[in-house]
Order: sequence, then structure tokens, then C-alpha cells
Amino acid sequence: MEIFLQQLVNGIVLGSIYSLVALGYTLVYGIMGLINFAHGDVVMIGAMVTLTVIRLLSGSGLPGPLVVLCGLGAAIPFCMMTGYLMERIAYRPLRNAPRLAPLITAIGVSILLQNVAMLIWGREYLSFPQLLPAHAFPFLGASISFIQILIVAGSGIMMACLSILIRKTRLGNAMRAASQNAEVATLMGVEVNSVISITFMLGSALAAVAGMMVSAYYGIAHYDMGFLLGLKAFTAAVLGGIGNMEGAMLGGLLLGIIESMGAGYLGTLTNGAMGSNYQDVFAFFVLILVLIFRPSGLLGERVGERP
Amino acid sequence: MKTLAKYAIPAAILCILPFLIDAAFGKTWVRIVDFALLYVMLALGLNIVVGFAGLLDLGYVAFFAVGAYLYALLASPHFGLHLPFWLVLPLGAFAAGLFGILLGAPTLRLRGDYLAIVTLGFGEIIRIFLNNLNAPYNITGGPQGIDLIDPVRLGPWSFGHSVYAYYFLFLFFVLFTAFVSTRLQHSRIGRAWIAIREDEIAAEAMGIDTRNVKLLAFAMGASFGGLSGGLFAGFEGFVSPESFNLMESVMILCMVVLGGMGHIRGVIFGAILLSVLPEALRYVGPLQQSVFGRIYIDPSSLRMLLFGLALILVMLMRPAGLWPSPTRKRELSAKGETARHENTNVYDAGR
Repeated sequence: MEIFLQQLVNGIVLGSIYSLVALGYTLVYGIMGLINFAHGDVVMIGAMVTLTVIRLLSGSGLPGPLVVLCGLGAAIPFCMMTGYLMERIAYRPLRNAPRLAPLITAIGVSILLQNVAMLIWGREYLSFPQLLPAHAFPFLGASISFIQILIVAGSGIMMACLSILIRKTRLGNAMRAASQNAEVATLMGVEVNSVISITFMLGSALAAVAGMMVSAYYGIAHYDMGFLLGLKAFTAAVLGGIGNMEGAMLGGLLLGIIESMGAGYLGTLTNGAMGSNYQDVFAFFVLILVLIFRPSGLLGERVGERP
Repeated sequence: MKTLAKYAIPAAILCILPFLIDAAFGKTWVRIVDFALLYVMLALGLNIVVGFAGLLDLGYVAFFAVGAYLYALLASPHFGLHLPFWLVLPLGAFAAGLFGILLGAPTLRLRGDYLAIVTLGFGEIIRIFLNNLNAPYNITGGPQGIDLIDPVRLGPWSFGHSVYAYYFLFLFFVLFTAFVSTRLQHSRIGRAWIAIREDEIAAEAMGIDTRNVKLLAFAMGASFGGLSGGLFAGFEGFVSPESFNLMESVMILCMVVLGGMGHIRGVIFGAILLSVLPEALRYVGPLQQSVFGRIYIDPSSLRMLLFGLALILVMLMRPAGLWPSPTRKRELSAKGETARHENTNVYDAGR
């Protein structure tokens, strides 16, 4: 039971990070129908920028959490800028091109970002200094660390804000209109181009936060950390129904829980034949099963087949 | 006389090419050309799935892996089996074809991006299993992979590690693949694939058994992947899961799209370009050394950086690929409502 609870807690923490990243994919896909392959690398850039600022401020004697906050304050605008430029240079000119063309530029951007990061920050694993309080709280036999609470609460707040933004504000209205039908939205006076730019920037801001969280949680950052993370987050977005915000949140959480449960129990279930090294398989297995039985994802409305 | 010149001259060039390259650039480059030929085969195989049938496959390298590992298992000291290559190679192609059907069958209903992501997941699953199937029974050798694989052997004559021998072997298979692709393209099946790519519902209404035809596309594409996998294992003498990661699938897809989807010559061109370009960019290190007197930027990351940049720029300037098929070019340059509709919808499946 303790193992179960502990894995559940770990899963929820992992899942909240996946959700944040998945939202970036789903927002962009909802409006443009494009898999932004480089989104995972924006997460990496977020982590790297945070870390750089933290290192600069480490000798200043400021309290740890404030330093982390400063890092985040630098990473968010930086990532938003990256997202904006990415859209402007690599995706906007191809909006009416054959469908696979933007996919290739997305891959190009991903390679570019990774290698720029490698040039700037090197190939080594960078360690994230212990700035946040490390104590853990016991909870029904499981233990929850401070940073875990911070991640879940932080991503919860971010998602709530995003929900309000999309549902209640004028901008959110414009975003929803553009995602339903860009042409008609233009006729109704929506500046679709700037809405798309803003969408990219929003997604990138979430990615920056997720990047900080991942590197603080695992204590390391690396130039190719974004790749697998992005892949899994995309899986989460598809699992929940791509283009659907609640779907991305649900998908992320579910994927996190499934992964950590699977990793925790597979060894006992198979008598040690398979262990936690199969952790990454679950994400993809679940994805394939969902898509076979429910191609539109858990909460998606659009069907996988052409209407 | 004219046809003789048409075939004899290219044939002669292809025959002396490795020796010319060796004389000009050294043996390393012959090896690079060998790899380029393998990639041509892979790209042509993927072109059947993506270019002809319009099914976006991001896990193609899985079939390459199946072929390579089957060869490695059946012709190496790992299990003590040393089957001849003319038996193992077709077996690898067949096994990969089976995997293609295995992947195709449950995903028949999916289109566009959903299919892309499932195939991606499939590729990753295969890689993770290859990585971990060394316990409790050592089947795949785990992350270390399998080495000491038998080189390709024809009768009493072993190919050993001669880059020239493999060049001609690969050239034979490339020509075979290209020939099969060309013949397929204009056959009844090829036309059915293209019909499905353009409009699946209309194709079905025309009496095409879309299920079987799509499965066939997966199986055919996959068996070419398996074939080149087997050749890769014999050539390299060593396989490990590292060689079959997602980046490889992405690279092969880039070759197809960058060259010009569905256009065989374009795809061959794309494959050669993208497999040689990163190698050629290795010289950015020595170039910096000679121009500036020292190396400012780490050459290996600069190389990939330039590669990423090239992908973006080429796509921005030529969204239909560097060498698109004549029909596709016509569609893209055509004006008017129908043409515009065509352009946005050809690969716009699933939305």
C-alpha cells in the first residue's frame, strides 16, 4: 500500500510536468494542426536559461527560492521569444505548403536548438544546485517532498490561469475562434496571425516553467533532455485528445501515473524478468491502445478518420 | 545505339565511382558512399508508405532494426548459428514485412498525425525491447548489442570488410529496389496507393480494397527496410539499439520529403544528399583551422547545426521538395480554386 501511494504521488508529480508540456503541443495543434516537434527543446532551453541565471546569482547571498524565481523570470521571456521566432521563421511561411513541409522544418528547428544549446552549455550534464528546501512530509506512509508539492501546485495554478484565459477573455475567444475555422475568424475581425504568435508564446512560457521544474526535480539539465520529454508530452496530448485543453491535462496526469505505476510494479508482476527499464514502453503502449479503441483520444471530439 | 549509350555510360560511371572516390578522398568516403546506398534503399522503402500511399510513418527504422537483428541472430556466434546470407536476407525482409502488417493492421483507421504518432511509438517500443531483452534470457544482447556478425559470403568468397565489394552488393540492391519501386508505381497496386493518398473515400468508392492495399503498402515498405537492415548488419559486423533510434526514422523521412515525396529520382537524390551532407560538413573543423588559425566552434555540433539550418531553408524555399514529381509540380504551380484546394489537401489528411 505504501508503495502504491508513493508511486501515485510520483506519478502525479511527473504527470503535472507532462501536462504543462502537453498543453503547449495541444494549443498549437488546435490552431494550426501542426505537431511542433521543437516544443520539447523549448523546455530544455527553459531549463538551461534558468540554470544559467541561478549560477550567476549563486554567490549573491539571496535566499534560494528567490534565486529560482529570478531564473524563471529570465527563462519565461526568453522561451517566449524563442517560440515567437520559431513560428515566425520556420512555420508561418509554410502555412499553405504541403502538410509535411512544416513537419520537416519543425525537425530542423529541433536539431538547431539542441546544437545551439550544446555549443553554449556544453555536452555535460549540468547539475541543479540545492536551492529549494529538501525536507519531505510523511503522508499516509508515503513521503512527499517540498519540491513535489511545489511542482503540483505550480502547474495546477498555471493550468487554472490558462483555462480562465481561454474561456473568459477576449484573447481566449479569439484563440478558440481561430482553432475552429481560421478563415471565418479572420472575417470576424480576429487577427489570426497575432493569435497564432501569442499561442506559441503561451505554450513556450508553459514550457519554460516545465523546464525549470524538471531540472529542479531531477537535479540535472542536459542539452537533449527535451527530446524524450517532448515525445511523452505529445503522447499525453494525443491520449487526452489533441487540440483539447482538458484532454492534455488529463492525458498528462494519466500518463505520469501509468508510467510510475508500471515502473513500480512490473518487476513484481513478471518475477523480475522485466523491470523499471521498461518504463518508457508504457507511454507508447497506452497510446497505441487508446488510439486503436478510441482514436480521438479520451476527451477529443474530432475523429481520427477523415470526416 | 542510343539505348546502349543511355544505359552503358551511367553503368560505367557507377562501376568506376568507388575507385575514383578512393583516389580523390580516401577509403573513408567509399564507406560513406556505401552508407548512402543503404539510405537510398531505406528512403525508397519509406517512399512506398509515405510517398505513394500517403501514410505518414515515423517509426520506419523499426523495420530496419528487425532485419538487422534477424541477420545478427542467425549469422553470428551469439547463438552459434551461421546461416548463409542468401537465406537470412529474404528471411529478414519477410520478418520485417510481418512486422509491417502487425503495425498496419491496428492502425488502419488512423490517418495523418495520429498514424504518425502511433508509428513513432511502435519504433520506440521495438528499440526499448531490443535494449532490454538481455535478461532473463539474453536474446538481443541488450545495450551492447551483437558483434562479430558474419560478413556477407557468396559461395567460397567472403566480402570481408572490403568497402568495394559491399559497394557493388549495395548498388545491386539499390537498383533492384528502384526497379521494383518504379514498376510498382505504375502498376494497378501503385495507382491504388496514389488514389488512397489523394482521397481514401473516393478510392474505396472506386472499388479499391483500401484495407488490403494499405496493409500491402506497409508490408512492402517494411520488407525493403528489413532487406537493408540485413545488409547493414553484414556490412557493419555489429548491431546495437543505438543505431535504431527515432532520429534515424526522422532522417529517412527527411530524405523522402526533402527529395520530393512520391518521386523516385527525387527520393534517391534526397537520400544521397542527406547522407553525404553531414559527412561533408565534418570539414568545417579543418576549414576553421585553416581560415582563422584555430577552432572557434566545436565542429561536431556546428555540423548538426548547419544541417538543421539546411533542412529549414530548403523547406522554406521548396516546400514540395528539391525535385518534386512533374505532376506534383504542376499542381503546385497551377492557379485557381481547384489547384489551391489540391495544395492544401493532398497531405492534409485527418483534419
